[in-house]
Amino acid sequence: MKKKELQVAALKNGTVIDHIPSDKLFTVVSLLHLQDVTANITIGNNFESEKLGKKGIIKIADRFFSSEEINRLSVIAPNIVLNIIKDYEVVEKKPVIMPDELEGIVKCNNPKCITNNEPMQTRFHVIDKEKGLLKCHYCEKEQSKDNIKLL
Amino acid sequence: MENRSLVTIAKHSKEKILYLLEMAKEFEKKPNRRLLDGKIVATLFFEPSTRTRLSFETAANRLGAKVIGFTDPKVTSSSKGETLKDTIMMVSNYADIIVMRHFLEGAARYASEVAPVPIVNAGDGANQHPSQTMLDLYSIYKTQGTLENLNIYLVGDLKYGRTVHSLLMAMRHFNPTFHFVAPDELRMPDEYKLYCKEHGIRFEEHTDFTEETIADADILYMTRVQRERFTDLMEYERVKDVYILRNKMLEHTHPNLRILHPLPRVNEIAYDVDDNPKAYYFQQAKNGLYAREAILCDVLGITLDEVKADTTSGMC
Repeated sequence: MKKKELQVAALKNGTVIDHIPSDKLFTVVSLLHLQDVTANITIGNNFESEKLGKKGIIKIADRFFSSEEINRLSVIAPNIVLNIIKDYEVVEKKPVIMPDELEGIVKCNNPKCITNNEPMQTRFHVIDKEKGLLKCHYCEKEQSKDNIKLL
Repeated sequence: MENRSLVTIAKHSKEKILYLLEMAKEFEKKPNRRLLDGKIVATLFFEPSTRTRLSFETAANRLGAKVIGFTDPKVTSSSKGETLKDTIMMVSNYADIIVMRHFLEGAARYASEVAPVPIVNAGDGANQHPSQTMLDLYSIYKTQGTLENLNIYLVGDLKYGRTVHSLLMAMRHFNPTFHFVAPDELRMPDEYKLYCKEHGIRFEEHTDFTEETIADADILYMTRVQRERFTDLMEYERVKDVYILRNKMLEHTHPNLRILHPLPRVNEIAYDVDDNPKAYYFQQAKNGLYAREAILCDVLGITLDEVKADTTSGMC
């Protein structure tokens, strides 16, 4: 079988974040604080994807992410896959897993919630991973991940 | 030290609820004790609530504690922009317990996470008001002799009524049958009906409120139907007199029926009901004192056994 042409240059060591929905690409950039990373970063968008139609891809040289950092992405793009590259080879594929709790990522929709009125971190319990249902640890209001605002 | 704050009783076990009710019963036998001698209780009311504040302050005084605090946030530094955290940290330097009422939801939870002393939630916005729930439970327990297998009718504003939601959740341990009596605009929200289904709580919904509807009630829990809750004022005009309890409706009700109301009442219970022995709302408020004495002791780690063994009496 003919090997498919790579759409962006190969990476020696680092992380490739693949299958990012095109409209979420820059949210991923900001959630991982990539704007502050000094290593080489290649960002591509609107590539063809069988699964998504259009997808984004990010390649970050010499940078590996903790599970906590990766799982932050679960609220916006649960199907993202991270490929860990060592010496041009994919040594590990890390799926994004919705954590039981989300701290400091999502804004509470309730304007009367203490988190929207105090300089403090938000905290949500994920009460239904399939439906993406979150419950604010403080005001106890529930919200769906489909209408969340990120901080 | 383990944080013994009381933020909500929604997660309290059946044993813990019954334990606190037993303790309240001890305080009803003898309200004046010196169990909190030398302690300072701060009552921080970021929104006014005279009834709740007087009840907590009386509880603290009857236990021999001294009370500090504020009743109006306009005179405090929060009006200068001080954060809740800073106010709580500052007061924690002086007091052994902080009783707080706040207009923001989740304020008590957050305070309990930053404060080195126990926090007692005296109401956080539309969220929780656990001492009200405790006194409601105590009133039911006292008048019925049990919390088990009761027919409880919740009447009026079931949509926004925080007290009815908390009561519903706390009763899940006791196999109740609920009847939700409300106009369409103020009916019990789906999330609480779902809660009932998940916890095997039976319920029926009614829009009419008549002698027949309440014939089977053990507890009639009345709430106020507020004009400002209606988007359609025609609808308000239509229903405002439907949810008023009148003495003649009580004629054929069970002898053990008791009428509760979190107060203040406006017109939802006619004054001719007050003299009926089934009216219980004023005693209910008095039970709040015993429930709050139990809460203040519990958050300081004073046990039921210690309360039973206590021989002190009188205030300072």
